[in-house]
Formats: sequence, structure tokens, C-alpha cells
Amino acid sequence: MIRKLIYTTIITFLLHASWAFAGTEGSEELKKSNSPDSTKECFEGVSRAMFKFNHALDKVIFKPVAKGYRALPAPIRKGTGNVVDNLRSLLTMSNNVLQGEFGRAGNNAARFGINTTAGILGVFDPATKLGFEDHGKEDFGQTLGAWGADTGCYFVLPILGPTTTRDAIGLVGNVFIDPIYQITHNTKIENGVVGNSTYSEHNYYYYRGTGAVDFRAKNIESFESLEENSIDLYASLKSLYLQNRAKKIANSTSTVATQDDSDWEEIEN
Amino acid sequence: MKKKFFIIIFLIFSFSQKGFGYSSDPKQFITEIVDEAKKILVESNTKEFKTKKLSEIALRTVDIKGVAYYSLGKYRKNLNDEQLTEYHKLFEKYFLKSFTSRLSDYSDPKIDVHSTEVLNPKYTIVKSLLLATDKKPEVKIEWRVYTKNPDKPLIRDLIIEGLSLARTQKEEFASVIESNNGDITKLFDTLKEFVAK
Repeated sequence: MIRKLIYTTIITFLLHASWAFAGTEGSEELKKSNSPDSTKECFEGVSRAMFKFNHALDKVIFKPVAKGYRALPAPIRKGTGNVVDNLRSLLTMSNNVLQGEFGRAGNNAARFGINTTAGILGVFDPATKLGFEDHGKEDFGQTLGAWGADTGCYFVLPILGPTTTRDAIGLVGNVFIDPIYQITHNTKIENGVVGNSTYSEHNYYYYRGTGAVDFRAKNIESFESLEENSIDLYASLKSLYLQNRAKKIANSTSTVATQDDSDWEEIEN
Repeated sequence: MKKKFFIIIFLIFSFSQKGFGYSSDPKQFITEIVDEAKKILVESNTKEFKTKKLSEIALRTVDIKGVAYYSLGKYRKNLNDEQLTEYHKLFEKYFLKSFTSRLSDYSDPKIDVHSTEVLNPKYTIVKSLLLATDKKPEVKIEWRVYTKNPDKPLIRDLIIEGLSLARTQKEEFASVIESNNGDITKLFDTLKEFVAK
């Protein structure tokens, strides 16, 4: 039981910590009320202490794990990343539907079908070559944002890392709408819910943990550079996290939409 | 005599364009900077050489004063002339150290400058792609180019995968000032420490 708890905690941290690093997909319109610098702290002192704790944990556990993973041959890492992304696309699909993005949901369904079959369980990505482009990941925090929910305040959770009120609620919501979570956590077929002992809970955490390690490994240098060049690492990560979340909620690729130009106007005076 | 004069003027102009000038077209401007940086960031060059040369490029192509103002945000108006002069000097050192440190670790980067988006007469976004390697994924890099003087464009921000470095820096500076009860001299101390380390 304790082993399971520790395992779950580590995986959850990895999953969440990865969101704090430089983002990789998505975009949107920055409304004043949702702009990153208008997000207040909930309890900064506690959050800074939690941040220090998480940062120390990253140094002794997660970064070495990511470096070990980086030592694997590139094709293995690429294939692993593809498998994880393919499974993750199911959660994205659920959120596409909840956001009314039916075109993207269809695109993701096609990607999942093609990559799971022709791509040999997602190891390869023939869907992109066939024109089904990857539009990035979605989660329930983004869906809440798309529905107009306010960001709330910013805080850092022990182990779980940076978040906001909205994203913390989204984290819980993900559990209910992630098909992989539902399949792996329903070990019997009950009321038509698919699941059996083959799909044990552990598989869910293996998949999410691998995805987090893959992401951390891809960003080792970015994070080191940030550590080296920040005069306040906590503030830097907060800014990047909030910009990244705002960008993802807007689902736009235009820089005009994601960056608030009025900021630059003030220096003209 | 008149002909000779024009030839001399022409030669001086040609030399200055080749030696120090960059294109006034934002996309070409960034392409030239990227090409220049690529030559510097070859593996055989020492880190010291890379740092020196990248600093020279930054001094010529980045609106460091503009970025300095932007990074200070609303606190700029609280500074007197003497503090502003001190801040500019400090910021330039901080910026060059931070900028060159971020870039000098790259060796032989492959950057494809592919398109532009004109925001307004003052700003154009130049879009580029840092191509993936075995270890690093592909990265979208956008350059906010200040075009108020159309003959001399200057870089004001780098937007990496949609995340603005200038905004991050501004929020970092604000955090240092606010956590010291609005005392801007504490930011100066922090910048001095960074430059000295």
C-alpha cells in the first residue's frame, strides 16, 4: 500500500512538474482577466517553500531518471514518446468534445485509429504523414478555461508542483474523462464499463510516468538554462506556467492572439 | 572631382553595409543574424569566443534599452535620472550575460526562418523553427522585431513556443521588487550579483 502510494506520488509529481517547464503546443486569446500577470498568488510564502522542496526532489530523483532515459537510443525514445502521445490523445479527444471542437475530436480519433493499427500500437506516427496533424494536448483545466472559468489564484502544491485553482480542479476532472484511467481503474465489467484484470491500475501510472520522463528528458537543457539565468526561478516558472496555460486554452497559433501588445506600448511614453 | 567624390561615398556606403549593416526587411534581418550566429556557434569555437561574438551581435541587433524599459514595467517611472543611468548599465551587462549564456551551449543549430506576421507599423513577428536533433525536440522561435525606424529594425523579444522571454523577465523583475517591499535598489543588487557570478 505504502509502495503504491509513493509510486503514485512520484508519478503525479512528474506529470504535474512537466507542465511547469516550457510548453510545447496549443495557443489562444489573452483576455485581460486571464492574462498571466493578473493572476494573484494564493499564499506565496507557502508556495515558495513548496517550490524549494519540489526543486530539491527534482534534482535528486527526477532529473537523474530523465538523464538515464536520455541515454537510451533515439529510436527507442522516439517510439516510446509516440506510444504515450497516442494513448494521451484519448484524453485530448474527450476534452475536444467537451469544448465543442468536433473537428479536432474527429482528427484525433483518426490519428488514434491510424497510429494504433498502421503505426503498430502507436510506436510510429503515420497519421501525420497522411495529413492528420497533431494539434496538441488538451486537459480538463483547459476545458474549464474554454468554458470561461476564471484562472483563480496561483499556488504550488508539494510534489504536484505549480497550479491554479482552475487547473487543480481540472486535475481531478481528468480522472473522470480519461478513457485510459477508466479502463485501467475498472477491473471488472460492470454496467457496461469496459475493463478487466489485464488492464490493472499500474499500467495507467506506467504510461503517465513514462510520458512525464520523456517530457523531462526533452527539456533537460531548457530547464538548466532557466536555472542558470534566472534571478528569481520561482517567478520565472510561475510566468512560464501561466503563459503556457493561457496559450493552450486559446487554441490559436497566432502570436497576436497570445501576446498582449499593450505591454509594449507603455515603453513608448 | 565630383565623380571621385561619389565613388568614395559609394565605397564607404558599400563597406558600411557589408561590415555592420543588416537588411531593413525583418525576415531578411533575422535570417542574416541567424546565419551570423550559426558561424559563431560551430563546435570548434571556444565558449569565450562564442560569448564575445554573440555579445557583439546582440549589441548591434537588440533594442537593449527598450527591453530594459519593458522589463522594469511600472517601476521605471519611479527612477530618477541617476538611477536610470545605473539601471541601463547594469541591465546591459545582465542581458548580455544571460543572452549569451542561453545561446553559447548550442552547437551547429539548424534554424529555418520561414515567415513573417506584421502586427502593426511598429512590430513584425518573424517566425522560425529550430530543427529537432536526436536529443532535443523541434522548437518554434518567434522574433518580435521593432520596426518603428523601418531602416533599422531591432529585436525586442524572443517568443519560444509561444512563451515570451521578455514577459518572463518583466515578471521576474517585478517579483524581486515586490518581495522587497517595492525597493528597486534590491533589484540592482540582484542584477549586480548575477553579473558578478
